[in-house]
Amino acid sequence: MISLWIITGIALLVSLAADRSKTQSAVIKGLKMFVGVIPLLLGVLAAVSLVLTAVTPRMLEGILSGTGLLPFFSALGVGSIALIPGFIAYPLAAVLRQNGASVPVLAAFITSLMMVGVLTLPLEARYFGWRAALLRNLLALCGSVVVAAGMAWVLG
Amino acid sequence: MNGRPVRKMRKAAGKTWPWFLLVCVAALWAYSLPHADFDFGRKAGENLGSFLVEMASVLPPMFLLVGLFEIWIPRKVIERYAGLRSGMRAVPWMILLATVQAGPLYVAFPVAIGLWRKGCAPRNVFIYLGVFSAMKIPMLTFEVAFLGWAFSLARTLISIPVFVALAIAMERLLPRDFRPPALEEPSYGGDGRGSSSPEEKD
Repeated sequence: MISLWIITGIALLVSLAADRSKTQSAVIKGLKMFVGVIPLLLGVLAAVSLVLTAVTPRMLEGILSGTGLLPFFSALGVGSIALIPGFIAYPLAAVLRQNGASVPVLAAFITSLMMVGVLTLPLEARYFGWRAALLRNLLALCGSVVVAAGMAWVLG
Repeated sequence: MNGRPVRKMRKAAGKTWPWFLLVCVAALWAYSLPHADFDFGRKAGENLGSFLVEMASVLPPMFLLVGLFEIWIPRKVIERYAGLRSGMRAVPWMILLATVQAGPLYVAFPVAIGLWRKGCAPRNVFIYLGVFSAMKIPMLTFEVAFLGWAFSLARTLISIPVFVALAIAMERLLPRDFRPPALEEPSYGGDGRGSSSPEEKD
């Protein structure tokens, strides 16, 4: 995070040194885009925090442990809907593995968690339109299955 | 019967639901302050707080960079390395661009739109989104720490061809003349024409 601010600061300074008015319009452009998306973003984040609170890690451990197809599809479902930050998701995945969750289940959970975002669909649709947003998420869900299957093949 | 009032209501609902949800979470959190046993409210508030911190720490510099990108990077450069005729050569560039970034996927949407506006081929935009979602280096370090090298390496190597295939499928399934709506919106940095930035005459 800090490196992002430093890089941005350096880029701004270089830009300022090169051309003042261009830099000004770049900053205005960036800020306008930011402000424009704030309301929707706040709503999505509020929804995500409600869901994340309602679904506790212990519940997920119950759903995703064990073998067979049910935990696999639950992992895809939970992963698609939830938006769990990495610092919660990975420790959780490690616990799941200790509890006997299989590699495909873990892969399906992690991959769909990262690639599919049902709760962030409104945000994605704002940029790409509903059609492209739904299509991307649907394909990403299929991709998660493929990745999980590949993981099962490689790691057993 | 005309559809106007309905459409108006839907539009109003579309504008107010984020604030409604936000107020809900804030109210739940506030209620938990005097009621210490109301865990749900406290946790929901804390979750929202941590998301807001994440948003405030990643998005402003990201949008500034997108603004600078729009102004300074010539369309020619993007077209050459990631344009319609770039073929598979674009893949390493997209991976390089996406893996060095950090943050949740919604951070990547404005960058993706910026790339699109500069002439990046749709498939490369979707490769960028895919790689960003699953292969950011800061996140990979986390993954290695908790799930080990074998898991992380296998997932990454399997994911790359899958992302490329998905992106090509996206490009084929979308109409040939598809343009993301954000390209046309001035408030999103679009210029109403949606094609190029004004400084691109040089």
